[in-house]
Amino acid sequence: MTDLAKLTLVESIKYVKEKKCSASELVGAYIKRIEKSDKLNCFNTKDLENAHSKAKKIDTNQKLDKALVGAPIAVKDLFCTKGVKTTASSKILSNFIPTYESTVTEKLWNEDAILIGKLNSDEFAMGSSNETSNFGNVLNPYRLNNQNLVPGGSSGGCASAVAADLTSATIGTDTGGSIRQPAAFTGIVGLKPTYGRCSRWGIVAFASSLDQAGPMTKDVKDAALMLDVISGYDEKDSTSAKKPKSSFLSSIKNNVKGLRVGVPKEYRVDNMPKEVDDLWKEGIKILKDNGAIIKDISLPHTKYALPTYYIIAPAEASSNLARYDGVRYGFRAEGKDLTEMYENTRSEGFGAEVKRRIMIGTYVLSSGYYDAYYLKAQKVRNLIKIDFDNAYKDVDVILTPTTPTPAFKFGENADDPIAMYLNDIFTVTANLAGLPAISLPIKHNKDGLPLALQLFGKSFDEQTLLNTAYFIEQQVNFKSQVKDWWMS
Amino acid sequence: MSINKDTIKKISKLARISVTNEETDRLEKDLNSILKFVEQLKELNTDKIAPIASVSDQPLTMSEDEVKKINEKKEILQNAPDKNTNYYIVPKVIE
Repeated sequence: MTDLAKLTLVESIKYVKEKKCSASELVGAYIKRIEKSDKLNCFNTKDLENAHSKAKKIDTNQKLDKALVGAPIAVKDLFCTKGVKTTASSKILSNFIPTYESTVTEKLWNEDAILIGKLNSDEFAMGSSNETSNFGNVLNPYRLNNQNLVPGGSSGGCASAVAADLTSATIGTDTGGSIRQPAAFTGIVGLKPTYGRCSRWGIVAFASSLDQAGPMTKDVKDAALMLDVISGYDEKDSTSAKKPKSSFLSSIKNNVKGLRVGVPKEYRVDNMPKEVDDLWKEGIKILKDNGAIIKDISLPHTKYALPTYYIIAPAEASSNLARYDGVRYGFRAEGKDLTEMYENTRSEGFGAEVKRRIMIGTYVLSSGYYDAYYLKAQKVRNLIKIDFDNAYKDVDVILTPTTPTPAFKFGENADDPIAMYLNDIFTVTANLAGLPAISLPIKHNKDGLPLALQLFGKSFDEQTLLNTAYFIEQQVNFKSQVKDWWMS
Repeated sequence: MSINKDTIKKISKLARISVTNEETDRLEKDLNSILKFVEQLKELNTDKIAPIASVSDQPLTMSEDEVKKINEKKEILQNAPDKNTNYYIVPKVIE
């Protein structure tokens, strides 16, 4: 008897459409696993009763034509889901129930996917290890010598849930790597689309010029299907792009002959672990042996990407998080007057990392410092974008590792914010330049931990990105080594 | 440029976040460490480079000037920490 929860998204929808299983059986299989998996702490909110009744409705109506029919999907707790608590993993929104649905989640439910819950994350999407959530850490389904590891962040709950088969697929958000890095740490696929490909309306905003929603899935075809559903122009998001309707899944090609692949020398950083360097070489060889043309390229301003990001993202965050004042929604603290109420609410309602970033953001935007920091960062951002524009004259995709290391232990970067930020060193460039990028699991290292490679694509060319990722995926045949050690 | 306790006091006022003395010590250390990290942008000559605020070059789109009736007052007020039928209630603003 097939364990329905082990199927990919594409497979499970096929099962439902071909009546090999009912929607209730599919949802039931995932719920059974969720109920025994509290130890991983992936879920901020579970919506299991509603999930059961929605599945039942689908089974009764027997209209099985929609693209995601019966698929049980949990989403990052940053997407506003109407009537279902949305907290951004923060105390300041711990009791917030949206009166509207985000555009991208609306698209999922319109295709008859079924919401099963909201996934834990770093608070307000700020973090690379899911250690800053108000609702506790998320555990990686992979361990090292029975020691718990971080799942990565900020979409840690998402990554862990997919890797542990607690959801058939999910959507996360990626501002500096928050989809791709946790995907790499947990051995799943994570795609950040081109900026503007998907609507940001209804997503709790962190940095508006960098945020993008994207799929986190068991394999590349699942990511393509999810992207087909969630992408599209939205008049409620003025930064969303008008592009022809996509069908990434049906256009996937298993062929890299003639594909021009760029390998940027600046991503070979000092002290890069040998296993990561070897992994990169392996990826290059797979493509080269199958007809791709490998080109050494230069992205000269790469080393300035992380400092640029850590000016722009906090600056935008300080503006976006100004709305959390305890007046209209969320947590409110006592204060003898309005100002004190604001100050206490925000002091008690936000965690340390969020406060740190708001403070830095406020500083770099403040009078006297704006030119030296924020304006300067906006100029360097342009230089980084120009680097990619130039590179893409000669190549179609760019191949790099996703992260400098595999998943690490909790508390390893606790005292040093910069050490934590360095996890994003290979991923932030895609957000700054607005380019699509995907993380793909390749193999396990000698400790049994997943290692992943990253591909960058041209603006709005997710198709080439997905094709290349699909090809590599079929070649490496990565199989999850997750064992259900956490089940009660 | 570095941040001292006075700067932190000023920023926390701007950001409307109260900070304890302990937090101020911690923030002084962390924020200076972050500032030191981002200082390296000074190495670049950007005199002839335009700043970009967005990666997309599409112009702002206009929306239709049409009246839409949305009445969600009751639902919206459900999230309010303190309210009466039509207002959010806050500590006194005017003396």
